[in-house]
Amino acid sequence: MTRMLISATINGDACDFLADPADTLLDALRDELGLTGSKEGCGSGDCGACTVMMDGDMVCSCLVLAAEAEGRVISTIEGVADGSQLHPIQRKFLELGALQCGFCTPGFIVATKALLDRNPDPSESEVRYWLAGNLCRCTGYDKIVHAVLDAAAEMRQDHQSRRMPA
Amino acid sequence: MPSPAFHSPTSVADAVALLAADPGARVLSGGTDLIVQMKSGRVAPTAIIDIKRIGGMIGVRQDSSGFMIGAATPCTALKDDKALAAAWPGVVEAANLIGSVQVRGRATMAGNLCNASPAADSVPALVAARATCRIVGPGGMRELAAEMTTSGPGQTRLAPGEFIAEICLPPRPSGGGDAYLRSIPRTEMDIAVVGVGAALVLDASGTCTAARIALGAVGPTVILAEAAGAALVGTRLDEAALDAMAQELRAVCQPIDDKRGTAAYRTAMAAVLARRVVKLAQARAGVAE
Amino acid sequence: MNAPESKRAFRLVGTRPVRPDGVDKVTGKALYGPDFVAAGMIHGAILRSPHPHARIKSIDTRKAEALAGVKAVVTGADFPSSTSHEILLGEGTGNVRYASQNCMAQGKALYEGHAVAAIAATSEAVARAALELIEVDYEVLPHVMDIASAMASDAPLLHDDIFTKGLDPKPERASNVPLRFTTARGDPAAAIASAHTVISGKFTLLPVHQGYIEPHACVASWNSDGQGQIWASSQGAFMIRELTAGILGISQANIRVTPLEIGGGFGGKTTIYLEPVAMLLSRKSGRPVRLAMRRDEVFRASGPAPGGEVEITMAADADGTITGVELEFKLMGGAFPGSDTHPAAFSALAHYNIANCRVTGWDVLCNMASTAAYRAPGAPQTVFAVESCIDELAIKLGIDPIDLRLKNAVRPGDIGLMRVPAGEVGYVECLEAAKAHPHWSAPLGPNQGRGVAGGVWGNYGGSSTVVVSVADDGSVLVTTGSPDIGGSRASMAIMAAETLEIAYEQVRVNIADTSSIGFSMLTGGSRTTFATGKAVVEACEAVIADLCGRAAAMWGVDASGAVWRDGAVHCLAGEQKDQVLTLRELAAKANFGKGPIAAEISLNATGILPGFGVHICDTEVDPETGHVAIVRYTAVQDVGTAIHPDYVEGQMQGGAAQGIGWALSEGYLFDKSGRMENPGFLDYRMPVCSDLPMIATVMIEKPNPAHPYGVKGVGEVPIVPPLGAVANAVSRTIGLRQRDLPMTPDRVWSQLQAAKA
Repeated sequence: MTRMLISATINGDACDFLADPADTLLDALRDELGLTGSKEGCGSGDCGACTVMMDGDMVCSCLVLAAEAEGRVISTIEGVADGSQLHPIQRKFLELGALQCGFCTPGFIVATKALLDRNPDPSESEVRYWLAGNLCRCTGYDKIVHAVLDAAAEMRQDHQSRRMPA
Repeated sequence: MPSPAFHSPTSVADAVALLAADPGARVLSGGTDLIVQMKSGRVAPTAIIDIKRIGGMIGVRQDSSGFMIGAATPCTALKDDKALAAAWPGVVEAANLIGSVQVRGRATMAGNLCNASPAADSVPALVAARATCRIVGPGGMRELAAEMTTSGPGQTRLAPGEFIAEICLPPRPSGGGDAYLRSIPRTEMDIAVVGVGAALVLDASGTCTAARIALGAVGPTVILAEAAGAALVGTRLDEAALDAMAQELRAVCQPIDDKRGTAAYRTAMAAVLARRVVKLAQARAGVAE
Repeated sequence: MNAPESKRAFRLVGTRPVRPDGVDKVTGKALYGPDFVAAGMIHGAILRSPHPHARIKSIDTRKAEALAGVKAVVTGADFPSSTSHEILLGEGTGNVRYASQNCMAQGKALYEGHAVAAIAATSEAVARAALELIEVDYEVLPHVMDIASAMASDAPLLHDDIFTKGLDPKPERASNVPLRFTTARGDPAAAIASAHTVISGKFTLLPVHQGYIEPHACVASWNSDGQGQIWASSQGAFMIRELTAGILGISQANIRVTPLEIGGGFGGKTTIYLEPVAMLLSRKSGRPVRLAMRRDEVFRASGPAPGGEVEITMAADADGTITGVELEFKLMGGAFPGSDTHPAAFSALAHYNIANCRVTGWDVLCNMASTAAYRAPGAPQTVFAVESCIDELAIKLGIDPIDLRLKNAVRPGDIGLMRVPAGEVGYVECLEAAKAHPHWSAPLGPNQGRGVAGGVWGNYGGSSTVVVSVADDGSVLVTTGSPDIGGSRASMAIMAAETLEIAYEQVRVNIADTSSIGFSMLTGGSRTTFATGKAVVEACEAVIADLCGRAAAMWGVDASGAVWRDGAVHCLAGEQKDQVLTLRELAAKANFGKGPIAAEISLNATGILPGFGVHICDTEVDPETGHVAIVRYTAVQDVGTAIHPDYVEGQMQGGAAQGIGWALSEGYLFDKSGRMENPGFLDYRMPVCSDLPMIATVMIEKPNPAHPYGVKGVGEVPIVPPLGAVANAVSRTIGLRQRDLPMTPDRVWSQLQAAKA
């Protein structure tokens, strides 16, 4: 069993880690790199708890082999906040009570950020269909959808005010 | 069980050579079937050949012969190609019903086809659109119609050492329109209980001059329902024509009862969805490209 | 909607501050069960029976042990034999012998997925490879998967020492039926015989899983001196300690259980599967061992809620008074006894005042995973039948379904099957609020229908220990033994800050391990805000008394001269009248003065009140495909006092969503060989985000007089009404009574086709 040395950029940092060819990116993040924010809920791409960004695409890290990460740019939940400053999505999830046990929350936050980076003004239906790959068993999704819509509004506002002339 | 070797060839020739050298090797594109099956123990490849770093494997090209979609192009990228989405919205939508947004950031139509699940979402739409597969292997390159590519659940007509390099779609015929619908228990995330793809061509008067209807999940492989399509040709897609189509469809369905649906339900839904999908395709056929 | 009676004005109770554990949870820092790493940790894996019923003739582990990297092997032979004894777990009891046998088969495999051996090795891959080298000689036995087969006189027996309790005379032959329970009042047979209208029905349900997204996981370390540690996510660290100690035959003080954050439980994590196995692997290997379930193992080998049958006959007068009910249910408990018979029986009719009723319940064994608690265990199943029957009655009598329920609703003072008068219960208020809600009178579109249903759950009190201590800068630490499964840290902080009259941010809440605080019953039974909250309040009151005493001594006044207000002691008499000593000032002097400021309260909370809910559901059915869409949903619930409204609403919405899944799309499917066909989230279909609309919530606050802030348990009630609400909606949409769950598209379609014929 020969392990491979993989080099990737993770949350902005150059990282090297060892991986067995059969290991997934999720295994590598959690077991080699100590980034346990991405969770394994099912291991088969059906729950989204392992959602990360890879080269700009939202993916289930349980469905990516660690070896495929070579040379790629990956962002996880641990990279969403700007240092200690929470992203508006994180703040809204907290302010609106959009988490109960919190296990699915990292996946939802990464997925939400991917949505709002592409579509700053989604409808409720667009939010729900985008997030259909993220399972939550605690909340019934209601407060999550509210948090996403609220975060979108705040981010549009921020964007507008940054574009306004001084 | 020893771990597989992992290779990322950068040319088709290298990939073909690696596959030829190891009969237990499997091609990796999106991995959304392969990795799941490796983890469940259903497959145990001795080597994994990642084709994503081969030039041309990812991306959509277009020329006078139509569209060439690199085999490793994720489904989500198909939506971003405006010309493809305008020409074959049924195919693009079908591919973008597979799994979730996360899954579609990786899954490919070629993988969906080669996994050969009878319920594969992209397949009925590809078949209706007359898609072909450009296959590479030790014997060189060959083309195979999409409907000929699978031969049974989990089985393809690819020879050992072959893999799909491109999926080709013809240009959209003038007056053409396509659509795909499926029946699933929830609103997302499910494997299709039935899937129906339709591609029509209408003349200026609205008469159907060509129709291809393909059915998924009602037989061991996709079914190109030729008689059902023929029942629409020469008609204006009125109720009588749709009834005749539905009758032909029911005759070719050979579904099973399984954990996702009963045979009776599948056959009935094939007819229901076919009517709806033909209406969608008809509406699109009226729209100029 | 009725105004809540004399609602006190609170500073913090009823507000929505951010939870104190929030930042860790939105940044991925929080450590859940599968995230914990111990130094030198090795990895375990479990070999599971492929057969639903088999005698284990022998297990040969020699080849597995010889594999490089394997450090330990455990089989059923390593488990001490224990007598069958019950321990109180809270809402029910746990049987140590059954729990032991469920953790690892001892002699017989009783379901596909039953653990038969375990390996610990240097990596999970090596451990799993070693599993394949274990040779198990099974004698495959015939299996039973349904009630009729399990109860047949010639049924293959899962255990040879089960003699149905509750039958008179006691049966001489062993069977697969551990229990028959019946409770009655009045003369239901006579009421039915003389009734104006009688409705009957037989209802069926499949087993369903709690569906928590975090699979079970733990790390255990057991030293040769007998002392062990377990890190696990759980609804109760003390429950883990007690059951593990009982199974392994060791003293409880020898195990320290540290609760990690938990990714959902809903009752499914109120028992254990992995911990004793991990402990034994650790003892044998001399290393800490991590043991976790993969998703398919969670489905096959952890405990779902039981499916089964409910038969009901309901009799009523022409004016809608329900005069009699006979209800008999059979629930499939899986491989070991315990399928929620008592709570199912007592919950069925507890929201109504019915003079004549009999409820009979049977616990039936079958070769599937042993069932475990799932949010209001037993109630959704029986209440589904009751609420459907009431709906049918409403249609037959031409009475509005809410009015019909109001006519028969339980009111304070009513005596039911539990033979105690109802306290300050709020079912009537919930019904009235539902009737007045705009949803009830909103217009319906084509192919749409509206259903309403009520539900009840008794809730639980139980034991909790809390310590409140004050640091010398005046900040307050509340320590409990109650794992936070949905925001309870925030509620504890609110109650503490409210009582102490200080800022919310001045209070921090810590959940301690079992060696660091006295016993607390597990987080379940909708008990934590009530019981642990009560202890928090009492501990804060003790701290206040202590601080007033210290201030009084400093001022030279007696106790009546020093009173607590706004986070400080105020002097009421003597020379120092109107002097104020703040919490911070008193704290600064404490540690080296009179001594540290801390209070510990241990209590067994009494005075619980049941919770009630009423849900309104609008469905739209596609007549060609049978698809059911939920187009509008409103949940009304009597919550006592909502300490933190976000988390109360969250319980209501989450329970409703689970109930909707139970009604429409979830269920265990087995093939003919007794193997589960859908042990994954692809084919075990829980609602996804696009399946649901917003879930409107109405919180009725009718305070519980027995709790300082009026709390009633809220967590479990909301899963009880939805089965009836959704089924009644579908029934009214298509004009066909729905009695079999789940109402999948093909089942609805088949009924529509049959009706056309």
